[in-house]
Amino acid sequence: MSSVHTEYFQLFALPEKFDIDTKLLETNFRKIQSASHPDRFVSATAAEKLASMQLATLSNEAFDTLKNAASRAKYLLERQGINAVADTNTALPLDFLMQQMEWREQLEDAKAAKDIETLDKLYRELRVESKTLEAELITLFDDDKDYTAATEVTRKLIFIDKVCSDIQQAIEYLD
Amino acid sequence: MALLQISEPGMSAAPHQHKLAVGIDLGTTNSLVATVRSAMSTVLQDNHGHALLPSVVRYAPDGSIVVGHEAQAQQSADPINTIVSVKRFMGRGINDIADRAHIPYKFVSNSEAQTAKTLQIETRAGLKSPVEISAEVLKVLKTRAEKSLGGELVGAVITVPAYFDDAQRQATKDAARLAGLNVLRLLNEPTAAAVAYGLDNASEGNFVIYDLGGGTFDVSILHLSKGVFEVLSTNGDSALGGDDFDHRIYCWVLDKVRESNKQLTPLTEGDTRLLLTKARQAKEWLTDNFEAQIVCRLSNGILVDVTLTADQFVEITQHLVTKTLAPTRKAMRDANLDVEDIQGVVMVGGATRMPHIRHAVEDYFRQEPLTNLDPDKVVALGAAIQANVLAGNKSDDDLLLLDVTPLSLGLETMGGLVEKVIHRNSTLPIARAQEFTTYKDGQTAMSIHVVQGERELVSDCRSLAQFVLRGIPPMAAGAARIRVTFTVDADGLLSVSAREQSTGVEAHIEVKPSYGLTEDEITNMLKASFSSAEADKKARMLAEARVNAGAIISSVTAALAADGDLISEAEQNAIKAEVDRLQTIAAADDATAINQAVDALNHATEAFAAARMNASVSHALSGKAINSLEM
Repeated sequence: MSSVHTEYFQLFALPEKFDIDTKLLETNFRKIQSASHPDRFVSATAAEKLASMQLATLSNEAFDTLKNAASRAKYLLERQGINAVADTNTALPLDFLMQQMEWREQLEDAKAAKDIETLDKLYRELRVESKTLEAELITLFDDDKDYTAATEVTRKLIFIDKVCSDIQQAIEYLD
Repeated sequence: MALLQISEPGMSAAPHQHKLAVGIDLGTTNSLVATVRSAMSTVLQDNHGHALLPSVVRYAPDGSIVVGHEAQAQQSADPINTIVSVKRFMGRGINDIADRAHIPYKFVSNSEAQTAKTLQIETRAGLKSPVEISAEVLKVLKTRAEKSLGGELVGAVITVPAYFDDAQRQATKDAARLAGLNVLRLLNEPTAAAVAYGLDNASEGNFVIYDLGGGTFDVSILHLSKGVFEVLSTNGDSALGGDDFDHRIYCWVLDKVRESNKQLTPLTEGDTRLLLTKARQAKEWLTDNFEAQIVCRLSNGILVDVTLTADQFVEITQHLVTKTLAPTRKAMRDANLDVEDIQGVVMVGGATRMPHIRHAVEDYFRQEPLTNLDPDKVVALGAAIQANVLAGNKSDDDLLLLDVTPLSLGLETMGGLVEKVIHRNSTLPIARAQEFTTYKDGQTAMSIHVVQGERELVSDCRSLAQFVLRGIPPMAAGAARIRVTFTVDADGLLSVSAREQSTGVEAHIEVKPSYGLTEDEITNMLKASFSSAEADKKARMLAEARVNAGAIISSVTAALAADGDLISEAEQNAIKAEVDRLQTIAAADDATAINQAVDALNHATEAFAAARMNASVSHALSGKAINSLEM
């Protein structure tokens, strides 16, 4: 892959921050796709097709990473040399772990009772929780540059995302 | 845009030459071909004024192959050799066909492991694969288009159900190539419909495409904005369609007949086909009428005379309508949208004419579905618009389709579990890599099993390919690092590569899952169809090689003139040297040597092409005028 645009924020001409302009991200994503999508190079040379495929693929990957808050936070930490999901990175406050177990129990109970409504409610509750954590991350990343604290919050956000996707899977299975 | 023009070698010679490109809707029941003429997308008709070509192929006793209405008329008289709804068998094995007992064909499955996944049908003309049968339909449409447009086609966009898996897509592409078509792109049917609808109505916002065809159901949710059609999610059922409604009526009729004729002898294949035809007619009749009479005489002399009311029809098929709503809800959840966020629901596919389907969709989305475009034609019309853009006829490139992969792709891990590598609804093209490791000490080979589907167990997913990575250096269990990369291109087709990377010892393999036909088989079948002399073939190969050489030379020369300053002088000279070499070789008569020199030139320009791509993207973002890049 060519070296110019391997950095995701730079690719979308965005400042490297947690609090990004998602509208601008979307607009720039579409501009990049418009310039690089394989549909634009159907009758081009093999080398041009390859370059198109590589850049369109990269921008899809980069867009996916930046548009989701948890993966954006994880990526920002990676840029600081921190792996938020490393096996060694296990510390989370006890109260959050208790809370997480509680969510898991609610999920399992609702699943066993085939109760889609409760699953839906739990899902929305967790999304509210995510929003609070995202607000914290704005301060930690963009103002305080406190990457240690940001790592902990990012891990929480990743946990919640995982529970959310398990809820969605459960709903899908029941539906 | 200037960069696109550079990649169109034919443009400088004849800038206003319109390239003939078509969109083809290869449907379960009917197929269509459309093209853009005078800026209007139009469906092309046959000599009799028919736009729809029934997707029916008959292998006639005199050795001829009959396609369309004429074949359809013979389906009851010659059911075994008259193949209908062949799309249902594309990329499928015998075990995938659920209602085999009700299908009159003689299915054959090759016992060899590699081809066991694809079935064949025994006809009087020999064993025929669904790919070959579909190719017959495509050939007729190709001929129709070339006659109607008065020239050879540069290419075609072929539509496929969004929910088609990799095997079904590959089979469709094979069929098109077998029919001698240059496939510009495989396009998802709901996306094609959205293009036709969205451009027609200058729509913006979130739209649902509800597409119930003869044999497949798709639902896609798209975000339309300034000519960008972005698929947010797609879902469906590749074995649910209008045919199933016919089949319900057929079963209902049989029950009725049994009530009055206790000793109903087994039906002949002709009877089955006749009753299914009558069932389809009754279904269509019930769209505008309260009851349908079904009258016919079976081969054993029994007269069938029953009346099906619209209410009864709803009752016996409501479960099928309900079956389409689960995928619809899934698609909505994946798109993260609520019913209130939807600006319009577009109905596609002949089966959506059934009133109880429209009601169910209206109830769910709390708005009246849009039916102002002919549901039979909208897919072909959209495909033609995309074909026109891809062929380079449209100077402004306002239209951009961003589609997704409908099903998750993953690998089998220990215990028969699936590890997903690419999740469903990922925007294409996409490449994802994941690392795996060995299970046993000293393990030197690894079996890589690629599957597609959403379930956790391998046995519940569709197996796409299986290959072995050998030459892993012996290490302790868990020490090897095997990086497996999945790539899905803009056609939605997958390729997989694996590499051992902890030791630097090269153990690398790259596969495209293959189903039935190999590259060589297609080439041979194509060659056989040109019954020309060896000398002619050689001449054609040489001519083709020279055309390719000329195209790449003019393309690269133009690119160097415009953007040469993106690379160093030494790099420019290296490319120029390859251009000169190719020019010299192209003057001689060796097609193979020309093709090799074309490959070499392509290879030499890879870094340059990447640099131009980056420059083009930077320009797109900065919004600066790109006149400096104009040739």
